[in-house]
Amino acid sequence: MIHSLVQQNALVRKTGVFCCLHWWAGLFESLRPGLSVRALGVVLSVCAWVLTGCSPLERADLVLHNGPEPETIDPQILTGQADGRIASALFEGLTRFNPTNGMAMPGLASHWEISSDGLTYLFFLRPEARWSTGEPIEAMEVVWSWRRAVTPATAADYASQFFCIRNGRAIVNGELRDASRLGAEALDAHTVRVHLENPTPYFLELAASRVFSPIPRRAVERLGDQWIRAEPLPCSGPYQLLSWRVNDRFRLRRNPQYWDAAQVTAERIDILCGDNPSTALNLFLNGEVDLISDRKIIPGELGPELAARPDFHRFDYLGQDFIRFNTTRKPFQDARVRRAVAMALDRSRITARITRMGERPSAAVTPAGTGGYHPPAGLSYDPATARRLLAEAGYPEGRGFPAIEYTFNVGSRIYEQTGVEIQSMLREHLGIRVELRPLEWKTYLAEMSALNYDFIRGSWVGDYDDPMTFLDCFLSDSGNNRTGWKDVRYDRLLQAAAAEADPQRRLGILREAETLLVVEAVPVTGLYSHVGLYAADPRKVGGIWPNRMDEHPFFSMRRIRP
Amino acid sequence: MARVALIPVLLWVVATLSFFLLRAVPGGPFDRERAPASREVEAALKARYHWDEPLWRQYGRYLGNVMHGDLGPSLKYRNHSVNDLLGQTVPVSLALGGMAFGVAIGLGIPLGVLAALKRGGWADYAAAGLTLVGVCVPVFVLGPLLVLVLGLWLEWFPVALWGSWQNAVLPTLTLGLYFAARVARWMREGMIEVLRSSHVQTARAKGLSETAVILRHVVPVALVPVISYTGPMLADLLTGSFVVENVFQIPGTGAFFINSFFSRDYTMMMGMVLFYSLLLQVLNLFSDLLLRWVDPRVGS
Repeated sequence: MIHSLVQQNALVRKTGVFCCLHWWAGLFESLRPGLSVRALGVVLSVCAWVLTGCSPLERADLVLHNGPEPETIDPQILTGQADGRIASALFEGLTRFNPTNGMAMPGLASHWEISSDGLTYLFFLRPEARWSTGEPIEAMEVVWSWRRAVTPATAADYASQFFCIRNGRAIVNGELRDASRLGAEALDAHTVRVHLENPTPYFLELAASRVFSPIPRRAVERLGDQWIRAEPLPCSGPYQLLSWRVNDRFRLRRNPQYWDAAQVTAERIDILCGDNPSTALNLFLNGEVDLISDRKIIPGELGPELAARPDFHRFDYLGQDFIRFNTTRKPFQDARVRRAVAMALDRSRITARITRMGERPSAAVTPAGTGGYHPPAGLSYDPATARRLLAEAGYPEGRGFPAIEYTFNVGSRIYEQTGVEIQSMLREHLGIRVELRPLEWKTYLAEMSALNYDFIRGSWVGDYDDPMTFLDCFLSDSGNNRTGWKDVRYDRLLQAAAAEADPQRRLGILREAETLLVVEAVPVTGLYSHVGLYAADPRKVGGIWPNRMDEHPFFSMRRIRP
Repeated sequence: MARVALIPVLLWVVATLSFFLLRAVPGGPFDRERAPASREVEAALKARYHWDEPLWRQYGRYLGNVMHGDLGPSLKYRNHSVNDLLGQTVPVSLALGGMAFGVAIGLGIPLGVLAALKRGGWADYAAAGLTLVGVCVPVFVLGPLLVLVLGLWLEWFPVALWGSWQNAVLPTLTLGLYFAARVARWMREGMIEVLRSSHVQTARAKGLSETAVILRHVVPVALVPVISYTGPMLADLLTGSFVVENVFQIPGTGAFFINSFFSRDYTMMMGMVLFYSLLLQVLNLFSDLLLRWVDPRVGS
């Protein structure tokens, strides 16, 4: 199959060359009669056309559109959701995601035991677990993979997911040079023991995430950080990689060595890569694509109309849009000004007029329902109090208020219109003049990290279904904080929550922390919680369900035959 | 010969300028939405790409590698080198450009000839109308329009993707029609001018048949302006295809033209700039040489 793809490429290339040749031959002929290049040109180009016509790419059993070309599909390096989706077809963790609800279920480990204090996990690997190349997947390889992930030289951005394991943080931060001191050990070929720093109620979900997937040690030792290009690539998931053509497609084939291969019904899957939403939609409408798995590749301006169709599926998603305030400079140094702005925003206006997909307006940072948690209501819309707060801060009716800029990244109609809406609400309720400052993505990121803004659009997508994934962004030393706000009380509350073994009490402490974050100090104020969307005709594609994690594992996905 | 020798110098100037200009832009390849896990992780990443070295050193290293034909690793696509990315995508763009070139010449020249011969007649007006539309309707309108009519409504051709000749039809037409229109206009004007000239009258006076006059004495001379336009046209076809590639999701170089800048993939950006500078130089040289061969008066 790889060969056929390569051939295809080469044929198309030749066709072009031959066409050129043919035309030029024609030209020469008319210029310098007597040359018989023309005949040759005709023969060659006809051959090329016939050949390309004879071997069109066979349609795979399932065709997915996955959005832009992934930066990498190396499970230890990747950060993007679309990248992770491809990796999840090829690699599996000790646990895997349940397709119906996104919770953890047995993966490479058939079962596990958790100590009563929630600090020690014993995972029992399936003796039949194998790489697609036939070698067994053993406990030592799991531990070796995790040690590699936390070693700073690996440069894994998601190494922070290992902070919950004993010594994980110290190794990632470079305080502990010896990665073998990570709290994970192989007791025998099929048993992994993990020591956690804190009882971590979401650890089983973490173990299903990409960065926790064991990787093939031999391939890595042979090819270093380019091991993912190994041919054949040893895979542990339901599919193995057949070919990878940049900006075109990944072709996968069912992995017969997969421990649960009996459940996998699609023999071949194509994962298309492209970044034009209209094209993706055309392909879907034309039946060439069975599933569009990323909301970003569904045309935003058609979102509300498409969501009403039976083959588009809408669901509450683990993501939040918010505004960051720069707490290091005027006027947002003053918490009263931040609170005033937060209270002058009628968020339902944004969700009703602009996003229009049934997003939930929210002044908090954690989406409601994350890990069974309910965030504080935050500072709700109250223009009178907002005006009073602004006057207290020394700007009655907005008098003397400096000119401020609202920064956002370009590329979406929604961000721009939200900016305009914020501009008009603040003028209306507080008498504040706001300039809009649209920035291209990388400049926006650089300016945000450098705290070179007044207030700025922000968003976050949770890595696991627990409020901690949102709240730890705003720890004093977090690289994701980007507001200049530091509060030792907040840091202590999160520490206390992490150490708390009782789940309900833990959520209570987190709620206290979030109240401090979005009601009292307000370095950040929420706008709305995200809504996910995917496209799949339920008469054609089965085995996928909407869930908050937006996890749609490949092992259950199947094409329904008419 | 002097022009051939100039090419490497030009490439060096282009490489140097773009290297330093790119670095002056705010934001870098390692600015991401998610902060790195720790400073050590960030440092390790930067060290891998020699980002921790002074700029002049990075520049020296880059030039040295380029001399050896190595355009470096892509800073965005972590499992691909720039050579690898160009190697995978350039042939596709060349194929698309080549086929569109075929459409431009194959449709443009006969249309131009026809219009000139039937000057003032219905064929001329029809050709003029067609070329006007061809020149005026931008690719990003024509492409989706063809997709809508021939792809979604009539279902004659696939709406996107790349792999079989059916896939190639709509993008080739989209890209080729504009240039076919240009070629037709050049050809028509060239023909009309030549038809008036004295050597055509001489040819007719010799008693040659009208077909022979047109084929032997008019078309070849009228082709001269078209040929001098082929160099820039080929360049436009090969570099200007990014809209078409985006609309039809074709795995060519088009995607990298804009995206490699937006993602600050400096090495990929530089690779594209260098590759296309070289291509433009070669194509211009090629069309000049061709012109000289067709019309010995040129350059003498």
